[in-house]
Amino acid sequence: MSDGQEKTTSAIPGNGRLKRVPAPTLIFEKSRKGRVGCSVPKCDTPPIDLAKELGTIRKSLKLPEVSELDVIRHFTNLSHLNYGIETGFYPLGSCTMKYNPKVNERVAALPGFAQIHPLQPTQTVPGALEILVDVQDTLKELTGFDFVTLQPVAGAHGELTCLMLIKAYHTSRGDSTERHIVLIPDSAHGTNPASAARCGYDVKSVPTDALGGTDIEALKRALQTEGGHSIAAFMLTNPSTLGLFETNISEICRLVHEVGGLVFCDGANMNAMVGTTRPGDHGFDCMHLNLHKTFSTPHGGGGPGCGAIGIKKNLSAFLPIPVVERNDGGTITLDEARPLTIGRVSPYFGQFLMEVRAYAYLRAYGKENMHTISQYAVLNANYVQARLADVLPSAFNRFCMHECVLTAELYKKQFGIRALDISKRLIDYGFHPPTNYFPLIVPEAIMIEPTETESKETLDDFCDAVISICEEAKLNPELLHDAPSTQIVGRLDETLAVKNLDVTYKWPEAEVSATR
Amino acid sequence: MPYVPHTIEDRDEMLARVGVKSIDDLFHDVPKDLRIAPGSLDIEPCLDESRIVSTLSKLAATNKSAEDLKCFLGAGIYDRFIPSSVGAIISRGEFLTAYTPYQPEASQGFLQTIYEFQSMIAELYGMEVANASMYDGATSMAEAAIMAHSINGKSKVAVSEGVNPHYRQVLETYCWALGLEVVTIPCTNGLTQDYSSAGEDISSIIVGYPNFFGIIEDLNQAKKAAESSKSLLIVVADPVSCAVLPPPGEFGADVVVGEGQSLGVSMGFGGPLVGLFTCNEEHVRRLPGRIVGKTSEIHGDKSGFAMTLRTREQDIRREKATSNICTNEALMALANTVYLSALGKNGLTQVATSSVQNSRYAMKVLANAGGKVKFSSPMFCEFVLELPANATQVRHELIDHGILAGLPLGKYYSGMDNCLLVAVTEKKTKQDIDDFGVALAAVLGAN
Repeated sequence: MSDGQEKTTSAIPGNGRLKRVPAPTLIFEKSRKGRVGCSVPKCDTPPIDLAKELGTIRKSLKLPEVSELDVIRHFTNLSHLNYGIETGFYPLGSCTMKYNPKVNERVAALPGFAQIHPLQPTQTVPGALEILVDVQDTLKELTGFDFVTLQPVAGAHGELTCLMLIKAYHTSRGDSTERHIVLIPDSAHGTNPASAARCGYDVKSVPTDALGGTDIEALKRALQTEGGHSIAAFMLTNPSTLGLFETNISEICRLVHEVGGLVFCDGANMNAMVGTTRPGDHGFDCMHLNLHKTFSTPHGGGGPGCGAIGIKKNLSAFLPIPVVERNDGGTITLDEARPLTIGRVSPYFGQFLMEVRAYAYLRAYGKENMHTISQYAVLNANYVQARLADVLPSAFNRFCMHECVLTAELYKKQFGIRALDISKRLIDYGFHPPTNYFPLIVPEAIMIEPTETESKETLDDFCDAVISICEEAKLNPELLHDAPSTQIVGRLDETLAVKNLDVTYKWPEAEVSATR
Repeated sequence: MPYVPHTIEDRDEMLARVGVKSIDDLFHDVPKDLRIAPGSLDIEPCLDESRIVSTLSKLAATNKSAEDLKCFLGAGIYDRFIPSSVGAIISRGEFLTAYTPYQPEASQGFLQTIYEFQSMIAELYGMEVANASMYDGATSMAEAAIMAHSINGKSKVAVSEGVNPHYRQVLETYCWALGLEVVTIPCTNGLTQDYSSAGEDISSIIVGYPNFFGIIEDLNQAKKAAESSKSLLIVVADPVSCAVLPPPGEFGADVVVGEGQSLGVSMGFGGPLVGLFTCNEEHVRRLPGRIVGKTSEIHGDKSGFAMTLRTREQDIRREKATSNICTNEALMALANTVYLSALGKNGLTQVATSSVQNSRYAMKVLANAGGKVKFSSPMFCEFVLELPANATQVRHELIDHGILAGLPLGKYYSGMDNCLLVAVTEKKTKQDIDDFGVALAAVLGAN
């Protein structure tokens, strides 16, 4: 690294590249014919003629040939180019990036959980079934629903499952073809309309009112579409994606029920409610939860997610099979004999090892402490909102719940600085950016969700950085346009990635012929 | 408050800054009658970390794991050896606790591993492009059928009876919700043969490779059937088998999907898994899920990776998106990538070859013990064993001998109450197989 003398000591982040690491090569480029990176189990059964056994065999297989140290070094170095909760503050709105406790990882690795097969006889897995039922029961009590299933494997998958249940419900009432509309607020996550479309529903948008809640009058009008007989469901996020609690929630549910529709709660924002208020009590018929948000299972770079859904009695006949339940005698059974079931939405029991982690987390808080999750999540978000009020005003002038939505519209108008520029500059200050441009109805949105696991010092450091960046926006906007300048790469051309599509490595011709 | 760091002083300073007296005041918008009193939930009391470990260890110990039983159960989830490097890498906090790489500059590490993953999976299946992974093999298959529907507009999905029954159940659910029809093509002697039975107007044909019975389907025949019905050929392929079998792409498959669990992911009672999804470039814009592509800096000349073809996705296209899927299984895809790097070309070929070799020995041993190998077509490492007694009962009794024997098929296929689907991986030794034989002979002798 010839230019190691480059100044990296400046107080202003990004004044010179701080990270001097060599550009990573692909694992394929490290390949040398004949290397193997692990010792494969020895085979001690009598040899066979593979070609004879299989009919035909594969001629060429182009996979990397590297040593074990190559593997470890390659991926360890790549990990250094990645930001995680464990490397720093991750205030990504709507994503609930809270600390993922280490004890969760420890218990999920126990062979009695990690090395069991989903199709082994149920009498050989009593502890696994116990986990499933206990997580279901705890989530039922936390959300106020009558039944919980853990079969959905992600949040969007939970939404889809709820909509399937709603469709089955209307079908069972001979009401399915007529009810073809799902109402969704204009502030909703994109997964809501996409999930509705996957169930063949037409989507109709409901506007937000001046205070950030559902526009009740507009909802009433929408509910009267085609005389009200066409409404299948209303999908509502509560607290909304604006970080605001839907104060009229009971009235909204009543209005939808009045025309025969059902109400789904998008539970992405459950962290604001844990131990304080229960969506099942609000009037919702069903909801999805993200155990990877609210209940601390790791996001893993974008998955595994971990869904779960809660439902009221009216939808229970349609639950996916198998229904895992404890009977009166205390035995846990897998019930598949359910004539009205929608079937399976995933092949086995959902994200079991994530449910083990969630179980550990739920037990860590327990009855005594569960409410502290929502209390401190809400305190942290309001603290950030208050500290940043002078530089980035809140989109709605109210106390927020677990996240605050701020707007950088002023900077766009006055200095040509967009929300994205502020976010990219935050990377130079060592923070992961908040969510940008969502919800879609707030111009230059900056959505910050600190979560309850962050300390006041971390929040202060973050707020100081944002305030400093807003100052830079006025005095030295180029710093923001050019950001980030501390990472292995600068801002990337995402348009080029589409135009010159390159999604798989092409082995050099010489290598290909060598492997044949 | 186990993971909440606030001191009382912190709390009070923060409340003062916000301008309220208590945290309760911040919940002003939640109607009073909808609030519950702190500590009023009817749930278990909290546990300290030591007791979390002991409680869960006790529960785990009541399960019989692959360390307690010799596992010959497969049927889509396999007990394969996982090199230590896999766990070491996927437990690194930089990967484990990251979110979706929406900020590519701060996520180059994960993005590169996904690009490598896509490259390896496309190569294994002999296809041009792969996405960044799906939930699991079953939902991958359902998404593939829906993708075919969006490509050709036809609404009938023809799926072979030889495709994993759990996958078919998921397919049925997805198709019902969207108003697509599913027809089943029957198997004869464990093979899909009568493609014409699916009738007219077919959107896609789905076959397993190898199929659920472990048999290597004739993909040439499947492709011909797809061509004559102008439908898309979707192949559900075991990625390990593709180390030694000609990959589905060589036969002209349009979409190849599968379960990536056997590539370095623990069985975990069936989750989390990882769905593999590949196609050729002509359909890349119809792909569900995330895709990572190579690109370069706007202002510089360094290359890097970013998510691409984003306009297919739900957060941009909403109800017009190719799928509602929002997560991939990035961490499990990383496990696949580390696994395939560690084993490489030679290691994976050896794993696949050993599995075939071990299964051939098991066929002989179990036939000598009183079972009968039901089908005779070429198989990979799984086979149907017909027993002179009820398979569920036999499996139950074999547990006491320390053997997890396989999957009784009576629940899935009529007339197969005495049939057991047996999987033999590279992890099994000659001794394990001999023990299975001895135990089976003992159980059958006693029956």
